[in-house]
Amino acid sequence: MAATVEQGKGIGVAALRKEDRKFLTGRGRYVDDLKLPGMLHMAIVRSQFPHAAITGIETSAAMAMPGVTAVLTGDDLEFAAGVPCASNPTGQMVHPTRPPLAKGRVRHVGEPIAVVIAADRYTARDAADAVEVGYAELPAVLGVEAALADGAPRVHEELDSNVGLVLAHRTDGVDEAFARADVVCEATIRNQRLIHVPIETRGVVADWNPASDELVVTSSTQVPHFLRTFLAIVCGVSEAKVRAIAPDVGGGFGAKLNAYAEEFIAAAASRKVGAPVKWIEERSEAMLATCHGRAQIAHMSLAATKDGKVLGMRAHYVQDYGSYLQMLTPLISQLTFLMSPGAYAIPEVDVKVTNVYTNTVPTDALRGAGRPEATHAIERSMDMLAGELGMSRTEIRRRNFPSEFPFTSAIGLQYDSGDYGKTLDRLLELSDDRETFARRREEAAARGKLLGRGLSTWVEVCGFVPSDVARNALGLTPGGWESSTVRMHPTGKATVITGTSPHGQGHATSWSQIVETELGVPFDDVEVIHGDTAFAPYGLGTYGSRSLAVGGTAVHLAATKVRDKARLVAAQMLEASPDDLDFSGGVFAVKGSPDKRTTIQEVAFRAWQAFGMPEGVTPGLDETVFFDPPNCVFPFGAHGCEVEVDRDTGKVEITSYIAVDDCGNVVNPMIVDGQVHGGVVHGIGQALYEEAEYDSGGQLVTGTLVDYLIPSAADVPHIETHRTVTPSPTNPLGVKGIGEAGTIASTPAVVSAVCDAVGARDLDMPLQPMKVWDAIQKGGAR
Amino acid sequence: MKSAVTMTVNGAPRTAEVEPRTLLVHLLREHLNLTGTHVGCDTSNCGACTVWLDDEAVKACTVLAVQAHGHEVTTIEGIAANGDLHPMQRAFHEHHGLQCGYCTPGMIMTAIKLVEAVPAPSDEEIRRGLEGNLCRCTGYENIVAAVRAASEVRV
Ligand code: FES
Ligand code: FES
Repeated sequence: MAATVEQGKGIGVAALRKEDRKFLTGRGRYVDDLKLPGMLHMAIVRSQFPHAAITGIETSAAMAMPGVTAVLTGDDLEFAAGVPCASNPTGQMVHPTRPPLAKGRVRHVGEPIAVVIAADRYTARDAADAVEVGYAELPAVLGVEAALADGAPRVHEELDSNVGLVLAHRTDGVDEAFARADVVCEATIRNQRLIHVPIETRGVVADWNPASDELVVTSSTQVPHFLRTFLAIVCGVSEAKVRAIAPDVGGGFGAKLNAYAEEFIAAAASRKVGAPVKWIEERSEAMLATCHGRAQIAHMSLAATKDGKVLGMRAHYVQDYGSYLQMLTPLISQLTFLMSPGAYAIPEVDVKVTNVYTNTVPTDALRGAGRPEATHAIERSMDMLAGELGMSRTEIRRRNFPSEFPFTSAIGLQYDSGDYGKTLDRLLELSDDRETFARRREEAAARGKLLGRGLSTWVEVCGFVPSDVARNALGLTPGGWESSTVRMHPTGKATVITGTSPHGQGHATSWSQIVETELGVPFDDVEVIHGDTAFAPYGLGTYGSRSLAVGGTAVHLAATKVRDKARLVAAQMLEASPDDLDFSGGVFAVKGSPDKRTTIQEVAFRAWQAFGMPEGVTPGLDETVFFDPPNCVFPFGAHGCEVEVDRDTGKVEITSYIAVDDCGNVVNPMIVDGQVHGGVVHGIGQALYEEAEYDSGGQLVTGTLVDYLIPSAADVPHIETHRTVTPSPTNPLGVKGIGEAGTIASTPAVVSAVCDAVGARDLDMPLQPMKVWDAIQKGGAR
Repeated sequence: MKSAVTMTVNGAPRTAEVEPRTLLVHLLREHLNLTGTHVGCDTSNCGACTVWLDDEAVKACTVLAVQAHGHEVTTIEGIAANGDLHPMQRAFHEHHGLQCGYCTPGMIMTAIKLVEAVPAPSDEEIRRGLEGNLCRCTGYENIVAAVRAASEVRV
């Protein structure tokens, strides 16, 4: 039995990832790799109009095509409920009903109307194209201004207006703060509509067994357990008969934090035709029908003294919900609302969010989910305020950082720990001083380049969320806990079963590191299972930078419980008192007589044999913990970047990028850096390239990757990553989240740099060359 | 309507009956069960489907299966020799050049040809060489590092 334990890959080590090998060799198992006996393929007929009544669906031509099994419309498939939304911030909000397959009415281009089930995907697509839908067009609402206009057509007739929800919070002294301010700085700041574009699109294989009535759904999802619950509710079946599986998932970024119409349709279609049904989303479908993100306008105003102390903030955000509520649509702008003051101690606030329906794809979480919007608005505002006061952009920030933690913002959030000056100091140390930069700027000007630099000092709320807060403050249906099982096998190996659902984040590696540290079981002896509701206790999944702070803590606590039980068994084996045992590196030893020792592996074997167990101790080492965090966590940092703008073309090149982040203690620095890199580039995409656009007829203009540009390797800079460590008091590991940090930080940093380069007060994203060139022509450029 | 196509795939002769419009990527994935080659778009932008046709990296979503008739095709499943990872695969592992893994096979197939064509590439050459392969997870930082490292230990 194992004896020597190498403490090589515990917490803090940049362990290489154990999940890599299958991906490197083409042996990953993504949903489209799955083939089941008798499996049929589904293609979807989607609305061509942004708002229309369906007057008829002609399916006979499609049905007549060889290889077609069925053509199903909203009348053919019965559902017990509509597509679910699990967020109701005020508890009073009306959720418009949305049948998974349209019934009589469509409200955005791309809404599913009918499906074809056929022998292969080519036939299914051909037949879907042969389905003829009759439409009576209705006036469509495009853009939030149109939605809010007097007499605007309504997206949902059952609602009084297109306003879905208004959230507001106002402190008593806000008017007084504005009255006594030396300056008031106002700006309108836009977060354009974005599309997530994980490189793997959505996809689902639904297998409804007609004999047992069991439903197995394999889906490219971030939330398999939610999916199971919602499949049960929407399809009207026992949740105990439903199994949801997230196989290998090719990226999510919030796009797969949902339970989608297509997942319910595939399940119902499988039941209807009595065979497994596969649906793999085409990219152009993904652009049209997977939820979008951002689409928010902020009207900001900051009241400040002339020495740069911000006395008050008015923020009014207008969020475009799109046509329906997806799983968490209302939560997103609520998070903007909560994080509106950003990293600053602003004593008085007046914050309001107006959320409106339009005839577009629903918006929902996109990497950062509400916090990038808040951060961009406040960071841009701080820059503009600095400009108005003639103060440096770093100084204005420093003067408004909270001085003590925990810090309670004027919104009422308690920021758990922080030291914002520390990350900013580090960034400045790493950056050129003023003189050097000024000299380089002159040199660049001689080459026809405008040099600029910018920064952001960001903070976010993540590690969602104490269940009481989920319910009472956020109005979420589910709580915010996470689960984990840690199981020792008789042969001394360990299995972790986690409720998180990684899709690139490397949980198999990080969770193994946690187990090695807690139990002394070597990293390589630990296997991590995730994403299958048949094996796992209920888990809430992976999103909102919550996995480590909540799910990793659950792993830590389950491992601790295993260790505590093992101590009792070891004490019996060593004929000592449990309190007399030391435990380190996987070995229990009697204090003072270190040769009286036994390993965790030997204890696991003994606990499996289970003879002579101590009084009241049950067999086995297999513990499950559900962890409900006492607070959220608040990672923070300072990002800086430098850009070169071509004076003649307006093209922006980011020439250096420095990230200084603080996410508390770090389990695997390599993985943390990787998350920062990916996040930063995602944010650069928003700043420079990406925008989902509808034309005046409600058609999506950016319907493919030709029109919707996500950054390639050639479009982005080398990213330097640095860290400070301020442990979180919220969980025993002292960790925070890092998955969204880069995205939150980089967008305002890049815009700050471009504005600095061209001498603009602010610019709307994306900063495509034409827009930047215009700004240069308008003057101000150095 | 179906035609028989024969080609060498990862060193072994393979034959399949396909419709003339069948894409090489679908032949590989659906007929030959080589699912390591992925599909990420419908406009030949993402490069997730990259394989080698004879000695060239191509996007298998832009090649018809019948066009590969009589040729040699190599996929991600075919580059590790006797269970040893190809140096490029190893470099991606050692430099954390992958997260979700979906872009990885295409990225590696492109990268190997890149360092064959440009033996000691600069970072800029690497970035330009990978322009046709999109990754949404890694921000490319560690992919570039991996390709750079692999270019130094080429076999
Ligand atoms: S699938 Fe995107 S380029 Fe081939
Ligand atoms: S690793 Fe996920 S797309 Fe590249």
